Amino acid sequence: MTRTGFVVANLFRKKTRTVLTVLSVIMAFLLFGLLQALSHVFSAGAEFVGATRLVTTARISFTQPLDLSMQPKLEAIPGVARVTNSQWFGGVWQTNTPIFVFAVDPSSYHDVYPEWVMPEEQWKVFANTRTAMVAGKMVADQYGWKVGQKIPISSNIYPQKDGSKAWAFDLVGIYDGKDEAWKKQTTQVFINHDYFDEANQFGKGRTNFFVLKLAPDANPEAISKTVDAMFENSPDETKTQTEKEFNLSFVKQFGDIGLIVRWILFAVFFTLLLVVGNTMAQSVRERVPELAVLKTLGYSDGSVLGFVLAEAVALCLIGGLTGLALATVLGGMVEKATGGQFQLPVDAFVWSIGLATIVLMSMAVGLLPALRAQRLKIVDALARR
Amino acid sequence: MSDSMVQIRSVTKTYERGKQKIAVLQELTLDIPKGDFVALMGPSGSGKTTLLNLIGGLDQPSAGEISVGGSRIDKLSRGQLAHWRSHNIGFVFQFYNLMPVLTAEDNVELPLLLTKLPAAQRRKNVAAALQVVGLADRAKHKPRELSGGQEQRVAIARALVSDPQLLVCDEPTGDLDRKTADEILGLLQLLNREHGKTIVMVTHDPKAAEFARHTLHLEKGQLLEQAA
Repeated sequence: MTRTGFVVANLFRKKTRTVLTVLSVIMAFLLFGLLQALSHVFSAGAEFVGATRLVTTARISFTQPLDLSMQPKLEAIPGVARVTNSQWFGGVWQTNTPIFVFAVDPSSYHDVYPEWVMPEEQWKVFANTRTAMVAGKMVADQYGWKVGQKIPISSNIYPQKDGSKAWAFDLVGIYDGKDEAWKKQTTQVFINHDYFDEANQFGKGRTNFFVLKLAPDANPEAISKTVDAMFENSPDETKTQTEKEFNLSFVKQFGDIGLIVRWILFAVFFTLLLVVGNTMAQSVRERVPELAVLKTLGYSDGSVLGFVLAEAVALCLIGGLTGLALATVLGGMVEKATGGQFQLPVDAFVWSIGLATIVLMSMAVGLLPALRAQRLKIVDALARR
Repeated sequence: MSDSMVQIRSVTKTYERGKQKIAVLQELTLDIPKGDFVALMGPSGSGKTTLLNLIGGLDQPSAGEISVGGSRIDKLSRGQLAHWRSHNIGFVFQFYNLMPVLTAEDNVELPLLLTKLPAAQRRKNVAAALQVVGLADRAKHKPRELSGGQEQRVAIARALVSDPQLLVCDEPTGDLDRKTADEILGLLQLLNREHGKTIVMVTHDPKAAEFARHTLHLEKGQLLEQAA
């Protein structure tokens, strides 16, 4: 037997209690890993490395439309290979099922997004039919849409010129993704921007954002700065960011994700401290005579303190490491399932914070019972006083 | 002086219960020779266990001197006492006080984890100690799988394993039936006679005291007599 073996044996003295406590630690650290990764993603600064597309929106908010006349100026910037635009339509299917409908310029959109796969013939029909609409395979399958159908879609933002919010489009094509990752994102519907622009009641010649496809040797960060500088002090000041950052900005609308995550984690760990702390305190309380016997045999006060602390560390380590490992696996699964669009990287950064939290938590839950064990007077403890 | 295992000189022990001071031992002087087997008897509250705790270095006197095996243990700090106990004293309790999560052999090995002995040597010593108490075949059993007598034998093996010269036993048969108690007392007698261990045993039981070489009677914290 070793001292470690003794610690482990004591840890599993009440198996059910230990297993339940470890499970609660696992759950807490699973949440911690995933939420910390989420927070890390949202608090990260702009990352231009590897970006092949940039998105330009109005500086104030992406809900503010930009003037379509900006497109040729964007296309003229060195390093920009092609520019397309996209307008949020606010589509609703049937009574109240929201669907992602964007008004786009079909030909430039096709050039900028080669990841969407559809027969060229259908791209042409899309470009040449004013009331045309193409739908992603997932959304078409979900609602049973077939090419050739007229699809009624209302908009919760844009009425037609006659005031009606009921629109109807001809489904001319169903696109798919070029690979498994993109196939899982075929949830959007595209309509022809020209038609939308003419038929809607509000404004003309405006779009929500431009997507800039970059040349292979382009410097994304420099182009982003150039774009924003170009429109500085104009009525349409811009904010240019990577696609990934732009996608995250949708979620950021809901509030300060970092703050929300921190509060959730605070609540989780506060509860965990009570649960594990109570387990440790109970475990020491039950063993007062045994701890006294250890001291009788010659174990010093420090050794006894060490035994109890080691149990707390072991409990938190087993649960914490398992939780973080599960979070790593789940984070990877989420990333894979969303085709990389939603990333939860439980990386070295998250692990290092997790490990530090495990150590701090071990001390927080173990120190008081350990000090109690250390201060135990043998004579009183043996007499059960 | 060199023949004494325990020398107690004018030892007083008082406890404080709230504002009240209770004198448990008063000016007690006692010598226990090496190789003796002493039974400490007396009514409840007479100070038997307190005296045993002082001899075993579990507690410190309020006044007076205590030497055990030539060491002035009343002068030692808590840490020094712990170290001293691990090398010099074996304890046997009324309720065995084994670790329920450990097997018999692991329980016996516990004191040896404080030494620098290699694992193989520790195992050898444990086997020898269990052999002495006649429980070699129960080494892998946990305390709940043993009878009371067997548990006490394991506790005696644990007390013996680091080869201390002094064994202090607090009512070692208090929780056992007569037959088992006699077996345990016979074992202690054997350890005293054949292995030369000095034994100080607290007991209420006159039959248990008969196994000792000497019996000391305590009353109200004072030694009444020393009988052969």
